[in-house]
Amino acid sequence: MSMQIAIAAERRHRHDAFGDWLFRKIVSAAGWFVLIALAAAAFSMYWGGREAFAEFGPGFLWSQEWDPVREQYGALVPIYGTLVSTLIAMLIAVPVSFGIALFLTEVAPAWLRRPLGAAIELLAGIPSIIYGMWGLFVLAPFLAEHVYPRLDEHLGDWPLLGALFSGPPLGIGMLTAGLVLAIMVIPFISSVMRDVFMTVPSRLKESAYALGSTTTEVAWDIVLPYTRSAVVGGIFLGMGRALGETMAVTFVLGNAHQINASLLMPGNSIAASIANEFAEATTPMYQSALLALGFVLFLVTFAVLALAKLMLMRLARREGA
Amino acid sequence: MAAGSERLYLRRRLINAATLALSGLAALFGLFWLVWILWTTLARGMDAMSLQLFTQMTPPPGVEGGGLLNAIVGSVLLSGLAVLLGAPVGIAAGTYLSEFARDSRFGDAIRFVNDILLSAPSIVLGLFVYTLVVRPGGGFSGYAGALALAFIVLPVVVRSTDEMLKLVPGQMREAALSLGIPQWKLTTQVLYRAALPGIVTGVLLALARIAGETAPLLFTAFNNQYWNTDMSAAMPNLPVTIFQFAMSPFEHWNRLAWAGAFLITLFVLLVSLGARFLLLRKKIDHD
Repeated sequence: MSMQIAIAAERRHRHDAFGDWLFRKIVSAAGWFVLIALAAAAFSMYWGGREAFAEFGPGFLWSQEWDPVREQYGALVPIYGTLVSTLIAMLIAVPVSFGIALFLTEVAPAWLRRPLGAAIELLAGIPSIIYGMWGLFVLAPFLAEHVYPRLDEHLGDWPLLGALFSGPPLGIGMLTAGLVLAIMVIPFISSVMRDVFMTVPSRLKESAYALGSTTTEVAWDIVLPYTRSAVVGGIFLGMGRALGETMAVTFVLGNAHQINASLLMPGNSIAASIANEFAEATTPMYQSALLALGFVLFLVTFAVLALAKLMLMRLARREGA
Repeated sequence: MAAGSERLYLRRRLINAATLALSGLAALFGLFWLVWILWTTLARGMDAMSLQLFTQMTPPPGVEGGGLLNAIVGSVLLSGLAVLLGAPVGIAAGTYLSEFARDSRFGDAIRFVNDILLSAPSIVLGLFVYTLVVRPGGGFSGYAGALALAFIVLPVVVRSTDEMLKLVPGQMREAALSLGIPQWKLTTQVLYRAALPGIVTGVLLALARIAGETAPLLFTAFNNQYWNTDMSAAMPNLPVTIFQFAMSPFEHWNRLAWAGAFLITLFVLLVSLGARFLLLRKKIDHD
């Protein structure tokens, strides 16, 4: 009798051990899968773009030519467009997001903070194609009619700055794309900044208030220094989004393969080039050049996002300590 | 002396008032655009709303009328399959991170990569699936589209599962283990049950995220003007249809695009609200 129980227990034990072993294998395989997915994505684009890299060499990065007929491809125009539209977006989005985060953590009355914060988080979830459509059908005509002619008129003759704001008011172009991108990343950046600001220990802030600091002084001298690296991380996170954003930009950038000093003129970006041209890229070299563009985009966003993550981790580590 | 400090005090108060006003203005500025966008989507979407949208196929060029039925059904199939593919792997990987690799370096490496995958440009994932499936002979297909979307679902679910399982109190694990329950039973029957609302929230957020994703579908699922439920062929879907119809010069196509945009926005907002509500209810239960 006791023998039988011992055997049953033994069998059960082996059964459980096997279950644990299998379960562990399955979940760790899934963990590996995440690592492999990112590496495979990078490799697939490198592999797809190898013909273009081999044919054009490093000059691919700074050649302006993009001629599907003569099979000559260079990435400078899309790279320029990506960088400039992102730069415009960040110039607008960073100060505004900072203001919003400050408002949500230090200024707004307590009953307003939760609903307003929730609203901004919800708005971060709106698909980017909606931003793009709104940009094309609503914002671009509005800017073309009311804003760009005035920019051209008042700033167009200035030395240096003038070249940026002169030209026909088409409505679509770099500046519009930058503006739409800014509106899109504001919810991202401000919600990261808000979360980060909330980690500042209230005794630090209260000490400063007790010494007679104003809210502004608390923000500049306590909150910002405490959270500096994470704030930069949040900005980089938004920048990673802006660099790789496709739909919001494709609608309003104008798909023109040119570099123009004026921000009012149409241009192109890496993501928009791929979205517009990939389906019609019939020759192997054309497709390879677009995949090579994708690889460049991947490298740039990877670097920016990795930096963002490291910056955010610095604050988290101090939090834990 | 007193006058000097008085002036300094006034100056500090003025600077403070200006900063606070600016931050309020920034909040208004941000909200202004977002309200404008939502209002446009609502107004134009309601304007184009009709029963036809749900009963008729997408129209060919030059033909008036038509609806979005095939695109809506295609999108539902694509998103459904993407969640079926991505969520189980994501939940498993999240379980690994929380239960087996909580403080390990390898776990941290996975978390790092997962967070990058979370913010990676979605068009890059489309290119990835294109070179993985479409180019080696698969052709444009619903399977390819769902796979591309699954790569977006994956990191969202990994992260939320990891965080939600971490919130389950350690005593629960200890209590179960002390009864001699094997780890796999503990995880599937105790931890998953305790963290269920959180995990479901993660899956819902992932669904909200892929509902409007356009870029990864452009060269995987492509688009299809006709009714199609065969996942091995090019699939009609709402986002790419919206893209094509919005970029076209035909007025009635533009209207259909706005109707589609409205439907997607409504869906995304409802799903995110649902996800929030689920988490909120759980919090109240615990209190």
